[in-house]
Amino acid sequence: MTIFAEKRQGTDTALIAGVAVIVAMLSIVPMLRLAFEIVMPQGSLSAAPLRTALSGSATWTATWHSLQVGIGGTLLAVILGTAVALLVSLTNVRGRSTFVLLYVVPLLIAPQVTALAWLQLFGPASPFLKLIGMAPALGSKNPLYSTTGIIALLGVQYGPLVFLMVRAGLRKLPRELVEAALSSGASRLTVLRTIILPLMTPSIIGATALAFVSCVGNFGIPAFLGIPAGYLVLPTLIYQRLAGGGPAVLSEVAVLSMLIGLIAMAGILAQDYTSRRRDYRIASTSLPAAPFELGRWRPLAEVAMWLLIIIVLVLPIVGLFLTSLVAAYGVPLSMKTVTLANYAFVLFDHAAAKRAFFNSFGLSIAAAAFAVVVAVPLGYLITWRKRWWTRFLNLSAELPYALPGVVLAIASLLLFLKPLPIIGLQIYNTIWIILYAYLARFLVLALRPTISGLHQIDRSLEEAAQVAGAGLIRRMRTIIFPLVAPATLAGGVLIFMTAFSELTVSALLWASGSETIGVVIFSFEQGGDSNYAAAISTLTIVVIFALMLLTNLFARSLPNGVLPWRD
Amino acid sequence: MAGLKIENVTKTFGDYDALSNVSLDVANGEFIAVLGPSGCGKTTLLRLVAGFEQVNKGTITVGGKVMSDPKMNVPPEQRRVGIVFQNYALWPHMSVSENVGYSLKVAKVDKAERERRIRQALELVDLQGYGDRRPANLSGGQRQRVALARCLVSTPSLVLFDEPLANLDVHLRASMEDEFASFHKRTGTTIIYITHDQAEAMALADRIAVMDKGHLVQFATPRELYEQPATPMVASFIAQGIVLPAKVLTAEVNGQCKVDILGQEAIFRCRAGQAVTGDAKVCIRAADIVPAASGGIKVRVKRSLYRGGGSRIEAVAADETQELHFDLADPKRLAEGETTHIAITSGWVIPEANV
Repeated sequence: MTIFAEKRQGTDTALIAGVAVIVAMLSIVPMLRLAFEIVMPQGSLSAAPLRTALSGSATWTATWHSLQVGIGGTLLAVILGTAVALLVSLTNVRGRSTFVLLYVVPLLIAPQVTALAWLQLFGPASPFLKLIGMAPALGSKNPLYSTTGIIALLGVQYGPLVFLMVRAGLRKLPRELVEAALSSGASRLTVLRTIILPLMTPSIIGATALAFVSCVGNFGIPAFLGIPAGYLVLPTLIYQRLAGGGPAVLSEVAVLSMLIGLIAMAGILAQDYTSRRRDYRIASTSLPAAPFELGRWRPLAEVAMWLLIIIVLVLPIVGLFLTSLVAAYGVPLSMKTVTLANYAFVLFDHAAAKRAFFNSFGLSIAAAAFAVVVAVPLGYLITWRKRWWTRFLNLSAELPYALPGVVLAIASLLLFLKPLPIIGLQIYNTIWIILYAYLARFLVLALRPTISGLHQIDRSLEEAAQVAGAGLIRRMRTIIFPLVAPATLAGGVLIFMTAFSELTVSALLWASGSETIGVVIFSFEQGGDSNYAAAISTLTIVVIFALMLLTNLFARSLPNGVLPWRD
Repeated sequence: MAGLKIENVTKTFGDYDALSNVSLDVANGEFIAVLGPSGCGKTTLLRLVAGFEQVNKGTITVGGKVMSDPKMNVPPEQRRVGIVFQNYALWPHMSVSENVGYSLKVAKVDKAERERRIRQALELVDLQGYGDRRPANLSGGQRQRVALARCLVSTPSLVLFDEPLANLDVHLRASMEDEFASFHKRTGTTIIYITHDQAEAMALADRIAVMDKGHLVQFATPRELYEQPATPMVASFIAQGIVLPAKVLTAEVNGQCKVDILGQEAIFRCRAGQAVTGDAKVCIRAADIVPAASGGIKVRVKRSLYRGGGSRIEAVAADETQELHFDLADPKRLAEGETTHIAITSGWVIPEANV
């Protein structure tokens, strides 16, 4: 009755090596390629592209604009997100979970869809404004085509991001700290000012940095609102240069992408610096504080809450939906003019749109599946097999997502412009280069929930399997994966949602035949076919929302905080 | 089944010595408890024997086969060592049968044989008919028994228990102690039982290894630990022994010597060859202290705790530094601050070398 354990020496090493190679291929290699291009453009030591890029006034105007909308959008997002987080977490307002679900939706809707929806709401052709008889005269300028417009939409888009981080911080606030202050005689407002907000500074600073990086890296909103007004930020400048000049200007746009990368890094480093200077770690864990009674202010607060939902979510989506039902630009909507022809056109008639649905669906599924498969062993190494170098694995996996999408897109272009060495495969101008960039960019979205899931699982569960004789591969398959699967799969769903209507990366990498949904929406809008763009956008929102509700059904088996929209 | 030999094992984490030069020789079929306060290195010892950590110095041998030395470490999955984890570590996504049968599946035992052995193991821990349940639907004691069955089914050479009762209610502990004792009797497995609870260790183990700050302090039977503690730490850790300074007045004769304790002379037990010394430490049990009508040692009562049927008296000797405690049967009483006289009837001279 002797039991022979699985003898697979070396599987450990093979797993570590395999995971390390994948992460390096997706993160280190493209970044090194980009750095190489800046030092040695087109393979020879030259400062010419650097000089061309940095001496053009367009570069500095765009950099200034990027900073302008970056800082403005961040400020708006932080104010909005923090205020909502305080209201939802600290007071006794009702309908909290529905509110959180709806407030987080703008974060999951692609920025270009947000932009399109708002444009449709406010433009002179707005079916909504026409319905209520408030439409400006045809030909008048849409007020959103402006710096203020871009800042407003960035604030709406990333407010929920700040909200989620501050809310997570507030949940960890031990109630004793609040109760101790109250029993010392402090009023609610004093407690908020002197205890709660100071303790939340790490969360708020972290959220500010993340919002800033997202704002300066955003492509969809400045592309829809800025390009028509001739207002370019760095990502849209890169797009225009590349669209006009093709691979010939690659060295020059590499410099521009480095510039945007540096601005983003500066944001991250500033956050690191400020949060290092103060140590506000909360040591104890306990129940969250009892909510403050709002008393007669409660109905008012609730009205404000739902008004916010109506403004940031309901109205734009209604505007978008109404536009998708109108036969042509500027036609008022009535029982006679309402039509589903736009939907029929994009789903059945327009070749590129049809392809785009197919492409985006395939890309999102592939990116999600790949990330789920890689995230489990990678997360396992990072959390349960800690070594000095596993931290670098984590950082490397974070990098392609932390940096603005255009940086990764340019790096991918540089990497695959020439056929791959040895095998001679050409993936430039095919869908495969988009897939590569998606794999690199979104891996971390499955990795993060996997890591937080593993932190909540007792490692002795693995050790028990180990003493039962199970080798690494078997433990991974029968113990670790089943235990962490809910969290990892939720990450996969998040990847699918993000990739499904992604634009930033695919706008720079697509070619005829490899259009994505994001690209098709963008092209329709640029060509003046807002109705078609609205129809596709409405469809993507339906898909995203359906997925949100569907995953909510499985939410009980998930660690807290994995599904951003679930309170 | 197999014996376990730990020779001169040292384990360091960075510059922290978790274990220094520990040696233990465990016979086949023995039940050994490893006892010590938290941070004494007992868990590190368990993880080294299981193979989760690698030794810096020394060797670990199971059943005559070297498992760990500084150059080589047989991985846990190849050691055939069973572990009962503190939190049971039952896999929540598997049924009781699947949990128990996991190691057999890993070893590619065919299905019929596997089922037979799962049934056998569940019978042994008195859980027939629980095979299809999920761990979440079991009580604490039942989970513990599933963990036992799971570890038993693969006939390990050695079973390690990692503080298995620490998570159980007090009233469940006693019945689980019985369970472990009969488990040992039925299977005859060599058991290494890690605990910080000396009562648990005394009740279960053939021999106890007491550890302190990474060192093995004493490895002996429970009776020997109680009667002849090797160091002041063992003396005070086991059954709350009182450690006091004393003078040894005569050399050992027939295992006894005359001592001067708190100004009184008494005959104490001692190690063979105990020499005369003015600087000894002795271990006294509460039961060795009796009230004296007059004369004897004068003490002042610091605290009196009623314990039902009698009181535990905590007192301090006349010099106000030496503390001791003893039991006073009802109906006698002593109030806080009162002075009284006691006599010490017996004690143990802690071997000089370890003082």
